[in-house]
Amino acid sequence: MAETLKGAERYKKAGVIPYKEMGYWRPDYEPEETDVLAAFRITPQSGVEPEEAGAAVAGESSTATWTVVWTDMLTAYDNYQGKCYKVVPVPGTQPQQYIAYIAYKLDLFEEGSVPNIASSIIGNVFGFKAVKALRLEDLRIPTQYLKTFQGPPHGIVVEREMLNKYGRPLLGATIKPKLGLSARNYGRVVYEALKGGLDFTKDDENTNSQPFNRWRDRYLYCIEAVNRAIEQTGEIKGHYLNVTAATMEEMYERAEFAKELGSVIIMIDLTIGFTAMGSMSRWARENSMILHLHRAGHSTYTRQKNHGINFRVLAKWCRMIGVDHIHAGTVVGKLEGDPGSVRGYYNTCREDFNPADPALGHYFDQDWIHLPGVMPVASGGIHAGQMHQLLHYLGEDTVLQFGGGTIGHPMGIAAGAAANRVATEAMIKARNEGRDFLREGPDILKAAAKSSPELASALDVWGDVTFEFESTDTPDVIATPTES
Amino acid sequence: MSTGLHITQGTFSYLPDLTDEEIKAQIQYGIDNGWAVAIEFTDDPHPRNVYWEMWGMPMFDIEDPAAALHEVKRCREAFPEHYIRVSLYNPALTKMTTALQFLVNRPPHEPGFRLDRQEARDRSIRYTIHPYAADLPHGDRYRNGRE
Repeated sequence: MAETLKGAERYKKAGVIPYKEMGYWRPDYEPEETDVLAAFRITPQSGVEPEEAGAAVAGESSTATWTVVWTDMLTAYDNYQGKCYKVVPVPGTQPQQYIAYIAYKLDLFEEGSVPNIASSIIGNVFGFKAVKALRLEDLRIPTQYLKTFQGPPHGIVVEREMLNKYGRPLLGATIKPKLGLSARNYGRVVYEALKGGLDFTKDDENTNSQPFNRWRDRYLYCIEAVNRAIEQTGEIKGHYLNVTAATMEEMYERAEFAKELGSVIIMIDLTIGFTAMGSMSRWARENSMILHLHRAGHSTYTRQKNHGINFRVLAKWCRMIGVDHIHAGTVVGKLEGDPGSVRGYYNTCREDFNPADPALGHYFDQDWIHLPGVMPVASGGIHAGQMHQLLHYLGEDTVLQFGGGTIGHPMGIAAGAAANRVATEAMIKARNEGRDFLREGPDILKAAAKSSPELASALDVWGDVTFEFESTDTPDVIATPTES
Repeated sequence: MSTGLHITQGTFSYLPDLTDEEIKAQIQYGIDNGWAVAIEFTDDPHPRNVYWEMWGMPMFDIEDPAAALHEVKRCREAFPEHYIRVSLYNPALTKMTTALQFLVNRPPHEPGFRLDRQEARDRSIRYTIHPYAADLPHGDRYRNGRE
């Protein structure tokens, strides 16, 4: 093991010395409970030893530059250095990957700022030449830092109380086709779906304000549809009005109009950025508006196993920034998602404590110190015939979004919505009665369909549709991935 | 599907009305989870009517769902034409809210709601949901109750 060079030894000649010798490799370091801990998946360049690669990542994500600088001498630099304290090989990887554990002092991060923690930990290091590929797998946010965040504007509990809906997944649908419908026709789909039994309908990520469907028109027709559906059912309903726009000023203008019309919920896209998300979170809290986040674009950097950021880190950041809903995968639908990983994401969104668990991809214990939970949203290729699996994998504190599975119903949109609602309620009832609903699921649905022609028809059309593809991103179950 | 004559508040409103045995099974689920059982009734089904009348105190620490079902039946006898709901309440840290809520009685005739629109400027509309059941003077709405 290379000793850290200090004092004159460190500075006697200008130039490049290994990161290991600059104090970024600290196998003897005992992480403190106030440290931010990171687990990075590292694929070192050939010829670079893993400890040096880990130390380099620690250095480049904290204080280091590529050479020694005399100005280090003006500060207690040891405190500010990221410290790589453990490197563990990942079994079965070629080229060999390693998990490098790095501890960062709390001093390095600005209170209440996800943009700051993101710039610090992923800001510079991902293009670094000493590693072929690099992925941030998990972050342990110390409770002392977490307490500087307010989290979701409302959270799961308050949202349920606002909507007066308990004990079952909420149901939604994204309006399809997502582009091309006039505002007036778009509102028709909203009305039919909500009247039929859904709790929410949704703009899609790219439904913003196009020439054929400007935002103000869309909002007017959607809110007319929402209120007609409330009249028809006696239930509170909502449509996620997407306020995503090019500037904060435009987003505030759209959000204000949604509020003026009496909407209970608005939505934003991840593409607006962490700061804009933080601003909208604050606005939503001040205006009693539920805030839905569509994770548009995340797969560009969360999907590949060897490079980028694991979605669980993004989910943590979103809970800290503060959104009420976040898309978090379906397991059984058309989009990427290994069951263990997705369960881990859901736990990250809504549990108060996430114990380290390699099967779920949690590298560290994470205590949320009662920060409200975010409602995870399952969307993409799911249908009523999967209800037993959805409830098993995702639980009841979730929004199940059936777009095609509502609007594509042969008896019409309202019938599609009713089929989903009947399937949900029948499965919850069976679960509560103590039945083995995962195994008996198809029978439970068939029995419920006897009094619901809408469900019977949905099962006929989609009952056998599955999306069986292998997941790209799966947790590695390795011997000692945990540290807290 | 919905005609406006069948409000769909509560978790099992899209299924056939629960039998007393089925109600008991749901209450048992709540008891098994350590939840309290509350019975509430109202003649005003407005979706934002939060505070329905309490049929006594919530039942904490009950062991037998039959006791709760007995109270449901007594409430039905007193208010046969009201909406009655059972709420299972979870007081656990980080939850501290209703865990399940479902209707166990509804009026034989549900008059539904009227949607009032007030035209505001620039095509904006202010919407108000009005339950027809609230058209009767308050005193006349409690014909079959104790009040």
